[in-house]
Amino acid sequence: MSTARLRAESLRLGYGETLVVDGLDLDVVGGTVTAVIGPNGCGKSTLLRAMGRLLTPRGGHVLLDGKRIDKTPTREVAKVLGVLPQTPQAPEGLTVADLVARGRHPHQSWYRQWSSDDEQAVAEALAMTGMSEFAERTLDQLSGGQRQRAWISMALAQGTELLLLDEPTTYLDLAHQVDVLDLVHRLHSELGRTVVMVLHDLNLAARYADRLVALRDGRVVAQGEPGEVLTESLLREVFDLEAKVIADPVAGTPLVVPVGSRHRTS
Amino acid sequence: MTAVAGRPGVRVGPFSWVFRPRLVLVPLLAAALLVLVMALNIRLGDFPMSVGDVLRTLVGGGDPTEQYIVFDLRLPRSLTGLLVGAAFGLAGAITQAISRNPLASPDILGVTPGASAGAVGVVVLAGSYGGVAGLASTIGLPLAALAGGLIAALLVYVLAWRRGVDSYRLVLVGIGVEALMMNLTYWLLTLGDVTEAGRAMVWITGSLNGRGWGDLVPVAVALAVLVPVALIGGHVLGALQFDDDTVRNLGARVEPARAVLILVAVVLAAVATSAAGPVYFVALATPQIALRLSGTAQPPLVASAVLGAALVSVSDLIARVGFGGIELPVGVVTSVLGAPYLMFLIIRRRREVRA
Repeated sequence: MSTARLRAESLRLGYGETLVVDGLDLDVVGGTVTAVIGPNGCGKSTLLRAMGRLLTPRGGHVLLDGKRIDKTPTREVAKVLGVLPQTPQAPEGLTVADLVARGRHPHQSWYRQWSSDDEQAVAEALAMTGMSEFAERTLDQLSGGQRQRAWISMALAQGTELLLLDEPTTYLDLAHQVDVLDLVHRLHSELGRTVVMVLHDLNLAARYADRLVALRDGRVVAQGEPGEVLTESLLREVFDLEAKVIADPVAGTPLVVPVGSRHRTS
Repeated sequence: MTAVAGRPGVRVGPFSWVFRPRLVLVPLLAAALLVLVMALNIRLGDFPMSVGDVLRTLVGGGDPTEQYIVFDLRLPRSLTGLLVGAAFGLAGAITQAISRNPLASPDILGVTPGASAGAVGVVVLAGSYGGVAGLASTIGLPLAALAGGLIAALLVYVLAWRRGVDSYRLVLVGIGVEALMMNLTYWLLTLGDVTEAGRAMVWITGSLNGRGWGDLVPVAVALAVLVPVALIGGHVLGALQFDDDTVRNLGARVEPARAVLILVAVVLAAVATSAAGPVYFVALATPQIALRLSGTAQPPLVASAVLGAALVSVSDLIARVGFGGIELPVGVVTSVLGAPYLMFLIIRRRREVRA
């Protein structure tokens, strides 16, 4: 497994007194889209934050291209690995262009704040997310979907080969969720980026990810191709959910149809 | 190459910046206002002079009497106002940018009151037991103010720290420390004799009366050293305007960067306080005025400094001519102007964009 670009080795993660993840190993292979799934509170976001060196592990290591991420200067990491947190915050009056331009921070210094490379990267990031026409709008003038695209543009402008996205589709309606995931697909297929994302929608995760990682109580229960991972028994084990898994009529990937008590036949 | 709307660049060799016309225009206009107000201010006094006389004397003309009056008596006062205003404006801009909260400023967070307590301690205690003079007042006062300001800042930081500093809790704790420091100051006043206490009382409202070159030096030195630090750190400040996870993702070292910039703000506010007393609301209001005039999302540093200088100078002029024959301390005017603004800030719910 020499192709692992990002690797977690016996990670122990927690906040305060509570331990959320205890002894987790994970490999993220270059050029793939990985979706992390699991019930609320299973440690998905915690894991993503640790993989992106936003959270310091209690034990174990994260390796980026074989080197310990906590021993690499954070600025160097920021040129290779970008993280989009779940609920990023910015001042209300910030324009989209200024937000996206901040993604260039790792490439800038106090005397080099807006090079031609920066401008090129920002223009491309805006174009890729369809946000060019909103460049001069302030964030508070945007809809939820536009704002999410603005933040993704910022992550793109950072120009990293690896992208960690924490629930990039939260608060978005289904059409906008598909927009964002189509964008993720283009990043992967056209630009060869490696993406790890936390997703709640299992069907979309199965359609857009090459690999699924199912977590429960901070442990990896299963990982692999969506067809291998998303099974009726796994849904029971991970989510305590009774469901039928059928083939998605469009993509052929697994489609989860929950049973629920209203239609339960015993 | 495709251009990005709203961000024209200025590029010379390896140097490059975004060109924002208002960030140049606002400081220039504020500086012009500042020069005019300072000239009007210097004109005032028992020996009447015209603005023309003042400007002529400043550039080297005028007779010896005019030279003495301008350079030895009146210019130090005006320059102290300028430097103190600039220091408060810059300190406020840094504090508000870091905390992402327009309510956070050295006066609200207890730093300025802490510096006052330190300085009043020296005035009152040293005054009773031998008088503050010479070295004690030029070096001792700023150092005591600095110590008071640093202690207050440290107290706020420690009390507000819960695995990171939430800006709302920061302000609440700051208001508590502010009250503590104010009452410490009042208690110190009761220890001194009546004349010392009276002198200190005028000082703790914030006053430029009788300021000489000696008062000006510590502020000038602090600004000369810290303005470059702030401007170089200003680039990191731009990244610090986001939530901690986003800042870390950008490869900025959050805690060291924040600590250095906070230290810069505390030193500026404390030294300014030691020179003119806590001229309230300048550090609170100027950065937000600068932000609105410049149309930026984060308080601009240079514009805040120049506007702070202009605000103190204008307030001093009002304090001297606005109330008949009585000359008020400048802090009274800034407080009267600033208090309604503070209420406006509190009433207006803090909004922040969440994605």
